Amino acid sequence: MTAISSYARALAVATGTAAPTATVRHAHLSARPFVLVPLTLAGEANAPLAAMVGTAWDEATLLVVAQPRNRDLRFAFADQLAQIMLPHVLGFAAATEELTSGPRSLDAPQLIVPNPAGVEFVRLFARSTRFRSTEGEYAVAPNVPVLGRWLTFFAERAEIPGSSLMLAVTDLLGLHWATGQSALEDANLAALLGWIDPPPGLRGAAAARLAEDPRHCPPAGPTTDPGFDTEQLAPAIAAYDTAVAAAAADPAAGSAGVARAVTRLENLLRTQLQPTWDLVWRALDLLDGLPPGASVPARWETDRARYTGFHTYMVEEGLPQARRDGAVTAARRLNRIEQAQAAYDADRAFDDPLVMAQHRVTGEAFSGTVVAVERDRRIPNGRGKGRLVTRPLLTVRTEDPIRLTVGAKVVASSRRRQECVIEAIDIPPEGGGLLITLEARSGMGRSAVPAPGTVAEVGESLCYSAVLADGVRSAPMPDTADTPWTHGGPPEPYEPTEKDTAEAWE
Amino acid sequence: MQNRTEDRTEQRLDRLRGRAPRRRHDARTIAALTRNPGCARRAVLDAAGVDKELLARQIGFAAPFGQSPFAIVRGNVFEARVTADECAALLTLLAECLDTDAEAGADEATSSDVIYLDLGASGAGPDAEGPARRLERTEAVLRSEAAARAGAGSRAETRAEPRRTVLLAHPLLRLAVGGQDVYLEPDLLVIRPDGRAHVVEIKSFAVVDGQADGEKVAAAAVQAAVYVLALRRMLGTPAAVSHDVVLVCPKDFSNVPLATRVDVRRQLLALDHQLARLTTVQTLLDALPPEVTFDLAPAADGAPTRPAGELTDALDQLPARYAPDCLSVCELAFRCRQEAAGRTAALGASVREELGGIDTVAEVLDLAGGARTPTESQAEAAAHLMITARMYAEGLSAGQALAPPLAPLPAPAQLQASLSASHPVPASASASVSGGEHG
Amino acid sequence: MSAVGEIAGLAGSAGSAGSAGLSPAAQAEAVTLAILDDLRAGRHRGVIVDSPPGAGKSTLVVRTAAVLAASGAPLMIVAQTNEQVDDLVERLSARLADELPAARIGRLGRTGYLPSARLAGLSNVVTASDVDSLGEPEVTISTAAKWAYVREGTWPWAIVDEAYQMRSDTLLAIAARFERALFVGDPGQLDPFSTVTGDRWHGLVWNPMQSAVAVLQRNNPDLPVHRLPVSWRLPRTAQDVVADAFYPFTGFRTGTGFGERGLVVPGPAESPVDDVLDVAATTGWGLLELPARHTMRTDAEAVAAVAQLTRRILERGTLATSGGERTRITPGRIAVGAAHRDQVVAIRAALGGLAATEGDADHPAAGSGSGAGAFGASGAGPGSAGWDGQVVVDTANRLQGREYEITVVLHPLSGRRDATAFHLEAGRLCVLASRHRQACLVVARAGIRELLDAHPTSDPVHLGEPVRFPDGWAANQAMLAHLATSRVQL
Repeated sequence: MTAISSYARALAVATGTAAPTATVRHAHLSARPFVLVPLTLAGEANAPLAAMVGTAWDEATLLVVAQPRNRDLRFAFADQLAQIMLPHVLGFAAATEELTSGPRSLDAPQLIVPNPAGVEFVRLFARSTRFRSTEGEYAVAPNVPVLGRWLTFFAERAEIPGSSLMLAVTDLLGLHWATGQSALEDANLAALLGWIDPPPGLRGAAAARLAEDPRHCPPAGPTTDPGFDTEQLAPAIAAYDTAVAAAAADPAAGSAGVARAVTRLENLLRTQLQPTWDLVWRALDLLDGLPPGASVPARWETDRARYTGFHTYMVEEGLPQARRDGAVTAARRLNRIEQAQAAYDADRAFDDPLVMAQHRVTGEAFSGTVVAVERDRRIPNGRGKGRLVTRPLLTVRTEDPIRLTVGAKVVASSRRRQECVIEAIDIPPEGGGLLITLEARSGMGRSAVPAPGTVAEVGESLCYSAVLADGVRSAPMPDTADTPWTHGGPPEPYEPTEKDTAEAWE
Repeated sequence: MQNRTEDRTEQRLDRLRGRAPRRRHDARTIAALTRNPGCARRAVLDAAGVDKELLARQIGFAAPFGQSPFAIVRGNVFEARVTADECAALLTLLAECLDTDAEAGADEATSSDVIYLDLGASGAGPDAEGPARRLERTEAVLRSEAAARAGAGSRAETRAEPRRTVLLAHPLLRLAVGGQDVYLEPDLLVIRPDGRAHVVEIKSFAVVDGQADGEKVAAAAVQAAVYVLALRRMLGTPAAVSHDVVLVCPKDFSNVPLATRVDVRRQLLALDHQLARLTTVQTLLDALPPEVTFDLAPAADGAPTRPAGELTDALDQLPARYAPDCLSVCELAFRCRQEAAGRTAALGASVREELGGIDTVAEVLDLAGGARTPTESQAEAAAHLMITARMYAEGLSAGQALAPPLAPLPAPAQLQASLSASHPVPASASASVSGGEHG
Repeated sequence: MSAVGEIAGLAGSAGSAGSAGLSPAAQAEAVTLAILDDLRAGRHRGVIVDSPPGAGKSTLVVRTAAVLAASGAPLMIVAQTNEQVDDLVERLSARLADELPAARIGRLGRTGYLPSARLAGLSNVVTASDVDSLGEPEVTISTAAKWAYVREGTWPWAIVDEAYQMRSDTLLAIAARFERALFVGDPGQLDPFSTVTGDRWHGLVWNPMQSAVAVLQRNNPDLPVHRLPVSWRLPRTAQDVVADAFYPFTGFRTGTGFGERGLVVPGPAESPVDDVLDVAATTGWGLLELPARHTMRTDAEAVAAVAQLTRRILERGTLATSGGERTRITPGRIAVGAAHRDQVVAIRAALGGLAATEGDADHPAAGSGSGAGAFGASGAGPGSAGWDGQVVVDTANRLQGREYEITVVLHPLSGRRDATAFHLEAGRLCVLASRHRQACLVVARAGIRELLDAHPTSDPVHLGEPVRFPDGWAANQAMLAHLATSRVQL
């Protein structure tokens, strides 16, 4: 928790409504998001029970696994999901733009799940399907392993800070609003929305309490309410089992019974899924009401490029992703995630003064007014030969409690291409705040005199931040085949084997 | 003297519980001692053996803890599978899992005999003969095995004793918790050829590619640590019981068991410390008015008849240390959350800290808005809150000036009203907002 | 043995040396010879040396470097910061000038690197920002970050210094550059950290978030581990408590015995602040306890107490005794440590001109840890008007590897309502409690014991991930129990 978000929580308690912690939307929202609301069977290892899927609020498709312990039915579910999802996912690949680095799709699919547990469901479901063989003793439909590989791709992108390819709605809401309850309680989507958009006449706390009651509002899953399991689901599944047994004894008479049992389950599970489905779309509508942050399109470009890259990989090779990262993959991924995190943190603050406010509280950013400018200052470049470089000096007066020191690099949110270095921090003789002297080091054009408008003028208000993306490229890593002895040596090259597909099938 | 104090404590605890039978500790509730050890309410109710679940229901704050029948079935099926045929499926797994020990040679697994003893097997049910006999037998087996190894050790050259593995099913252990003997039933114990006993815990959550839910593993680890502690205290020789326990879980998405070693030293440290602290319950009792009781006054059918109001009043006498974490572990958490409404602690420890440790939300906002003069001890927090409030207000208005929302935000008027009422934007702030407010 | 040790089945303090009859110097020498022997024999691709605080780690690195350089095999040395690199260059330069006058040391810097002033006059040191421009020096030294960009060449030997502060992924980036390596570091200090959570890699033996030594050992469990047995820095009064709390598996002994070090504080005590200094003069520890209260991190009273305590050390003309010599404690020989940056800022402000400004702690003149003999660089006698040097105030992270006569510590748990993993981390307390040659003075609010008692145990447990031991919670308990014997209440 930060000071700003904690203060916003306090405000929310007092007002009875969630308080904003962002003034722009920090994620891309697709015009046609693919929403997936999954449910699993309690106790089992990620066994799908049902899902509601679709790309529009009023176009939900319900998928049900009548007996989740039956593995054939599980993979039939995977096939059904693949039949709906893969055409959508692959449909963005054709329209591309040509860049020097290769093609990039003009748009990309976006997967939306209710909560982080939904992301985890996708990760594990992807893991349980991507290695499956489409031939031999335990064959699954050809779509199933393809779906598994795509879901793995989405789950891996969800680990990259700032990526919008797969988002959990509770995370997204929590990024933009603070409620009057704890972060732990915010994990409940209905309760969270109860604070952000309470029903008429209710305060957030009351709406959240109501939302926590599983009889009033089924959990957003993937785990179902134990009470529902006991009272409704268990009898319905038992009825299905009985109907299947009856149909085995007498196929002619029994098939209608099976159909009836399935319909009963579908109706039952719809009651558990529909409320969450509606909440997800309501949340997306709310988020859509916020204007996108300035850096959101650039991050989505990266997502589009990754999507195209993975699409090409699937066309050309398409082997399933490894179970675990090897040493080199792990190190590379860690570096990528750290860089993405730093860039995302910096971007969000520059896009949004309310996010920047947090850095101002901790003294890593300051807002102020330019009181003096030495625009045409030139100094020796330090490499001899009497060469001079343009290094304007700006003096900014601020009231903020800064904790930066001389030598710190800062960038202004309104002038992001210009890096400045703090040269001096002085207390003005007449008192009142601090005078920060900055040396501008870049973003002034090529000529000896700074290009017009590239240097701030007296009277301009600016907000400078030292929270910057780590510009340093991460260290190059060895090839996987050259993994050194310190890290276990080169791994055995991965080849899918019979063991992979036979695994866990019983 | 010592005994008189203990008697006094026991009498007071009995009065607190009233007519209901004492809820005995089990491994789960002992493990729970480490989850919020600073909570006096929980400490006293647990010491008195009050049925917290029933109490919570009676006062209208029933805890939503229930287990799905599907989870129960899955757990039973998996345990049955693992323990079938005298744990045949487990033997190789245990050997593989524990033989990574430096002291265990690779040849041992092949040359060792395996003895399977089901200590609960005789009699109609596990408790048909009472716990005392089973405890006795458990202890006897453990001691004789230890003695046999010790003998073998001293005659190491002759190797008179066969080096064997002993599997103990349904053992019964005893642990003194706050002066009460608590009986514990680990799933399995294995005594390795080196003479060390390991606790084996069977759980039905999956281990996928070597990873499992960290919370579930933590719960299993602390539960297993309870057994280790009990064993060590029974035998009096800590070294005879390994701090490495074996967790047996389904592998990946199957029902095939997988054994993993888990080091529970940290859990042992915490448990040992908290068990030792249980004696401090007398201090908490001394602070309670003598008339306080949580007697549920059960009717003939066992249903509580005590008015909720009386019970709530009694609870009010026992301070709780509520944290949002309690919601997932304590039966009384919903009641405590209700009490904590409006307090910063209810928002989580880190939120409270960011709010300067100020106790209530009302004080936070008053201090932040300058509507209240801080006490001496609040001065620093107030300064911090005023800065935070200023930055928040400036950030919000600057952001909305730069990028007005496409659609009206939910209930923004209410928020704005509260902001402008108690948190006027300082004059210095308006400069940096640079006149965009009307745009 | 402590209760902690009993639970965990640990060795207890100072248990490992196994050569109790030897003098500290002889013990240390025996270990050093064993290390050199392991290196010469080439039985293993890696040799690990664990070093408790102030056990002569740098001395070992320099000596080993000289031995390897003399053997004719090119050597690369990897350190973690530029300051550490320059420290080593300076010391190695002096040693090689004596022993191998023809040998050259190559100091590799980042692009645009300008050598620091203290390397300027060293005739056997060449500096450049790329390997080719260095020629082919006997020893090439740089930071791990720079080595990661050296894409060619293989050195038969590497010495990796402060290896416990280095992250696994950094080692991966440079490991192709060497065939064999000596890894030296202090296992009790702070682990490397990341800004992200790495759940995905839990349980992998090559988890990129762990330390370089951890990854090395998990993938090569048979590598020999040597332990430097003697802390030359810490006084005898610190031996048992630091060893028990932070090095429970291995222990160590101090190079000096009881009474060989200590403070002499002239003049009568005028306040509890003076009292705690007097207590520390004899016990080596002092706990100045403020009344219990929950406070902000920058607790003004505690900060003021830290500043006042620091001033009184100087104002009273405190003398350090060592081997019969008495030397006046100067500001440059005092460090103040805290957990958070905002605390550091507040303490610096409270000390005013007495405190070194940001970044000065990076300069070794302020007190580089260099084993025995670092003492006495400044000899301002009693009565000298101006202070010599300034007090270094910094976070535990940045005090790692440094050495002072006296440290004043704002306890990481002081005034807190709850402890987080950050505040409980054993390495943090270990760094703060093991920088001193004479005495460590701790300032804390009462109530830490209750805080530890009420601390919930709810950390997730990850399969296959080694448990970090010593446990921070237990280490804090042990430390606090010891400090209680040297407590003065304010």
